[in-house]
Amino acid sequence: MGQQKNLEGYVGFASLPNQVYRKSVKRGFEFTLMVVGESGLGKSTLINSLFLTDLYSAEYPGPSHRIKKTVQVEQSKVLVKEGGVQLLLTIVDTPGFGDAVDNSNCWQPIIDHIDSKFEDYLNSESRVNRRQMPDSRIHCCLYFIAPSGHGLKPLDIEFMKRLHEKVNVIPLIAKADTLTPEECQQFKKQIMREIQEHKIKIYEFPETDDEEENRLVKKIKDKLPLAVVGSNTIIEVNGKRVRGRQYPWGVAEVENSDHCDFTILRDMLIRTHMQDLKDVTNNVHYENYRSRKLAAVTYNGVDNNRAKGQLSTKSPLAQMEEERREHVAKMEKMEMEMEQVFEMKVKEKVQKLKDSEAELQRRHEQMKKNLEAQHKDLEEKRRMFEEERANWEAQQRLEQQKLEATRTLEKNKKKAWYQKPYQSLSSP
Amino acid sequence: MASTEIARQAGEGARAVPLSGHVGFDSMPDQLVNKSVNHGFCFNILCVGETGMGKSTLMDTLFNTKFEGEPTQHNQPGVTLKSNTYELQESNVRLKLTVVNTVGFGDQINKEDSYKSIVEFIDAQFEAYLQEELKIKRTLHSYHDTRIHACLYFIAPTGHSLKSLDLVTMKKLDSKVNIIPIIAKSDAISKSELAKFKIKITSELVSNGVQIYQFPTDDESVAEINSSMNSHLPFAVVGSTEEVKLGNKMVKARQYPWGTVQVENENHCDFVKLREMLIRVNMEDLREQTHTRHYELYRRCKLEEMGFKDTDPDSKPFSLQETYEAKRNEFMGELQKKEEEMRQMFVQRVKEKEAELKEAEKELHEKFDRLKKLHQDEKKKLEEKKKSLDDELNMFKQKKTAAELLQNQAQQAGGSSTLKRDKERKN
Repeated sequence: MGQQKNLEGYVGFASLPNQVYRKSVKRGFEFTLMVVGESGLGKSTLINSLFLTDLYSAEYPGPSHRIKKTVQVEQSKVLVKEGGVQLLLTIVDTPGFGDAVDNSNCWQPIIDHIDSKFEDYLNSESRVNRRQMPDSRIHCCLYFIAPSGHGLKPLDIEFMKRLHEKVNVIPLIAKADTLTPEECQQFKKQIMREIQEHKIKIYEFPETDDEEENRLVKKIKDKLPLAVVGSNTIIEVNGKRVRGRQYPWGVAEVENSDHCDFTILRDMLIRTHMQDLKDVTNNVHYENYRSRKLAAVTYNGVDNNRAKGQLSTKSPLAQMEEERREHVAKMEKMEMEMEQVFEMKVKEKVQKLKDSEAELQRRHEQMKKNLEAQHKDLEEKRRMFEEERANWEAQQRLEQQKLEATRTLEKNKKKAWYQKPYQSLSSP
Repeated sequence: MASTEIARQAGEGARAVPLSGHVGFDSMPDQLVNKSVNHGFCFNILCVGETGMGKSTLMDTLFNTKFEGEPTQHNQPGVTLKSNTYELQESNVRLKLTVVNTVGFGDQINKEDSYKSIVEFIDAQFEAYLQEELKIKRTLHSYHDTRIHACLYFIAPTGHSLKSLDLVTMKKLDSKVNIIPIIAKSDAISKSELAKFKIKITSELVSNGVQIYQFPTDDESVAEINSSMNSHLPFAVVGSTEEVKLGNKMVKARQYPWGTVQVENENHCDFVKLREMLIRVNMEDLREQTHTRHYELYRRCKLEEMGFKDTDPDSKPFSLQETYEAKRNEFMGELQKKEEEMRQMFVQRVKEKEAELKEAEKELHEKFDRLKKLHQDEKKKLEEKKKSLDDELNMFKQKKTAAELLQNQAQQAGGSSTLKRDKERKN
């Protein structure tokens, strides 16, 4: 992805591994190991041998000392320190497994336990306020096979088939000191054949670029499944104090690679591949669990439009985000449509109102005009009337004057007439 | 040995047991280191500073190589971020280094929005990581982490104080990224001025509440050197890719007429300190702080913004499925509510508009009723006037008729009297 650049001098980031080392020691380490197998196969003893401690002692008796009716899942946490490195070790024991007469579903409590640890991690990873997340997920499951010498039991096959996709399964042949090397060899071959036949995916050692390492890995692969012997007792052999099992015919030494594969198991489990077991748990088993869990959640709420069984790579949040955006778009469209309808209706009504206003206005104008016309008519009539009257009155006055004049004349005439006799009388 | 985080977390639930021999888990740190080395390392630096501060030169000097890039001009219209990724290797350690430069920072007349593109860039990287983390099928362990692990803030060597652009920008960035302020081109400042300048800068940062990156002092192996370096902040650096012969060695330096400034001379500048702190001692811590502090803060804010919250703060964790389902139902409910609200709003608007129009209609009718009434009144008046005119007309007519009658009578009488007179005269 990036450009290759050559450095012309020492920069110093080669110290990064040291920085990482420092920080990891400061933080400390944790590891959770589960042991599964019938009672009496030496599980507790093997744990004690692996970690050179008395995990189960008189004070903290192991589950094997207690009779269980049903399969239990029990956790013991211990803090161990070595060479400045602190390790929080959790051993998960499963007493009662395979001990009943009817062992159907005896794996269920174990599966439930593994899932519940995944669930816890998923929940703490999904919190809004996340703090340092303790990792209590099962990193490795040691499955103890009884040393029958024949092959896997149906329970073995069933268990491994159900758990190989949930946890790193490392099958072990327990109490290997009951098998001769040849018997052991054959037993191993038979078991591996059956494992392949049933397509069981046991933990695989990763390939590396290192030639040396790859050779070692190949050697280990040839010895699978590892046949182990455990012991709580220290015996003196040839002046050395070793862990072993004392028989009349000799001592089976735990750490003797000719006697059993214990050292291979220990080296692989603790000294070289502990980190890888954690990584595979985190990157593969946990992610499988998580994606199945989250897909179920989103599927529940998803439309029927989406193809069934399609595992979307989107996160539920991204999906919700998409749905929200879709909804916003839908709402915007709806709003626009509603707005349009609204505007249209308003326009209609407003138009109607305008029309009726215009109509009324028109009518009013008309009436006004009408009235004005009538007014004018009336005015005209009045004017004419006034004129006529004036004329007539003038005429009347004239007549009256005339009459007055005539009357006066008459009067004078009459007066003169009356006065006349008097005048004639007076003259001789 | 001091107790580890894991031990503290385990607390009472775990008991310490002694080992009776060498088990071998002390190789765990080595296993982890091997895994990291195989996977390769990743580091992203952001350089913020005005054009011409020597950001590119400093990067070249720090990493002893020539990175891409032409020197930029001052005429950028806004601040853009340019990032380049390089694959470097030193012994068996592979480092994917990304250098992000701010182009055009501080060149505009109005610098109010300068910090925005930077904040957006940083947030975008957080967002990309968050999206990957939230995917259903995710590949976190092979994800190329682009989140900014360190931000080198280049301060101009004015010798006085921080510019307000610097304060504003750093304040906006301090909760999002590890800020390491450095005084650029510090060969322009004399030693005494430098001491005062550093004090002024530090006090200004403190008084403005700007949180710069502190080299961690909780790990005993590096606590001493880190705390001593903390007191030398901000580092005054000089960068140069040119080499000058000094004695019989070629050293990186800047040659002036009055002398030669040697980059790797601790008396001349703090370059060595910067390189030591940034790369050789605390690179991993910078990356870790970005992941556990800055990224978590971003994530928390983003999720809270979307409405998520932890129902129970401390104790029992809730079921994820329930949360998501509840969230989804709540979400759908909200959407439906919004839809409903919008509908209601429209119904309301329609009602209001209808009422308005009705009101207008009513007013219109009232107006015309009034006009009509006025009109009626006018008409009535007109009628009255007409009537009075008619009355007058009638009166006049009557008068006229009466007068004419009288006249006729008078004429007749006068005529008769005249006749009489005439008659008498005749007699």
